[in-house]
Amino acid sequence: MHISEAMLTDSLEGNLALGAGMALAAAGTAVGLRKMDYERIPQVAVLSSAFFVASLIQIPGPIAVHLVLNGLMGLILGWAVFPAVLIALVLQAVLFLAGGLTAVGVNTVVMALPAIVCYYALNRSARSASEPVAFLAGFAAGATGVLLGIFLAAAALITAGEEFKLLGEGAVLWHLPVAVIDGLITGSAVVFLRKVRPELLEAPLLANQVEVTHG
Amino acid sequence: MDHSHDHHHAPPILGHSSLVTRPTCYLCSVDPRARLLVAVAFSVVVAVLLKSPTALWLALAVGIVAVAMARLRPMAVLKRLVPFNLLVLVLFLVLPLTKDGQPLVTLLGFDLTGEGFLQAGRIALKGNAILLTLMVMLGTLDVGILGHTLSHLRVPDKLTHLLVFTVRYLDVLHREYLRLAAAMKTRGFRPRLNRHTLATYGYLVGMLLVRSFDRAERIVAAMKCRGFRGRFYLLDHFSFSRRDVPFCVVSIVTLLALIVVQYT
Repeated sequence: MHISEAMLTDSLEGNLALGAGMALAAAGTAVGLRKMDYERIPQVAVLSSAFFVASLIQIPGPIAVHLVLNGLMGLILGWAVFPAVLIALVLQAVLFLAGGLTAVGVNTVVMALPAIVCYYALNRSARSASEPVAFLAGFAAGATGVLLGIFLAAAALITAGEEFKLLGEGAVLWHLPVAVIDGLITGSAVVFLRKVRPELLEAPLLANQVEVTHG
Repeated sequence: MDHSHDHHHAPPILGHSSLVTRPTCYLCSVDPRARLLVAVAFSVVVAVLLKSPTALWLALAVGIVAVAMARLRPMAVLKRLVPFNLLVLVLFLVLPLTKDGQPLVTLLGFDLTGEGFLQAGRIALKGNAILLTLMVMLGTLDVGILGHTLSHLRVPDKLTHLLVFTVRYLDVLHREYLRLAAAMKTRGFRPRLNRHTLATYGYLVGMLLVRSFDRAERIVAAMKCRGFRGRFYLLDHFSFSRRDVPFCVVSIVTLLALIVVQYT
């Protein structure tokens, strides 16, 4: 789901999309950092390393599919997802040279904005007393994360030039099965967490409480 | 304390091989702040400012020369160029079809435009030039000191702390994942594309998160026990020295030359 900077920067509109991505990513990261106090840094860091590692899991099948899991990240991290994704992308750019430095902003928004949407829309139902509801909320989070992300990425590309329309549409089609797979896995993960460590699904809420008590 | 000469090359993380062969190189001793700033400056200049084919070819040449001068391992360099160039291949197939312009040839009733080929070419040159320089500037950087480097460049504290912690636990959690995967394999789990596999992977992800959540609690407890008061102290300090001057001069002159070639 990475956009390459070279593709985006071939036109003025693309450069503007790149700049808008940077501004949005900076704003989201600022909110995320404000909502996360120093004591929560190790927690967010360890969880985001876990997501980084989990995204290396490959699903067997006709096409090579990597897990994205940004919906699940949203449910568990809340606003901290912005700084967490930003750092994961910087590390990816440095370690694997994926994405490039100037596109880090756009790519952060592509991953983190859908995660925030999932957090607000589905956080309550993911903690529901009924297991099927929790599974469905998890499925919706996984699928929404991937679909909304690829829509944002395609929109950025098409802003850069009409000639990318075919590629953008192709990318969206390609991600339809990915969204289903990510949804099923996120659904199972939510059901598992609900039984084993329900606090995890409440972690972003706890963070706000800590902020309040500290004044 | 000057640590800039102690960090020779990046250790492999998550099984990725290092780009650097020799334990010491000139570039590895250059102030990491300077390397990072040059990497960002080059990315921005090449991505945003350069458009003419001459300037882009020159940028690619700069990247190749830089890789040769840094004596990176050629096979490791080529391997890292593969994913982007697969995308380039797709662009060469698609853009001549979709870009408006004068039809150059007509194949099976489809008009292929010269403008499309040129655009794909520009993207290919630009992307590869940026990747090559990034490899030289950042591939030689130890991710362990990336956090300190950013901190000295006035990046917000919380963000750099998050980075330092993430780097610290990436390998730990990768090992945790390998342990869980090995345990699944011992119990006869064979991944296929079916409901059972996906549910199992869901539990695997869940377990990984539970383990990391518990680990985070132990980390915070250990930090509090040692009197953590909400801030970290920087142990690595970098000093700009005479050794760094040639690197900076060459980088700035190169960037200016690229801009001049583009706009004259």
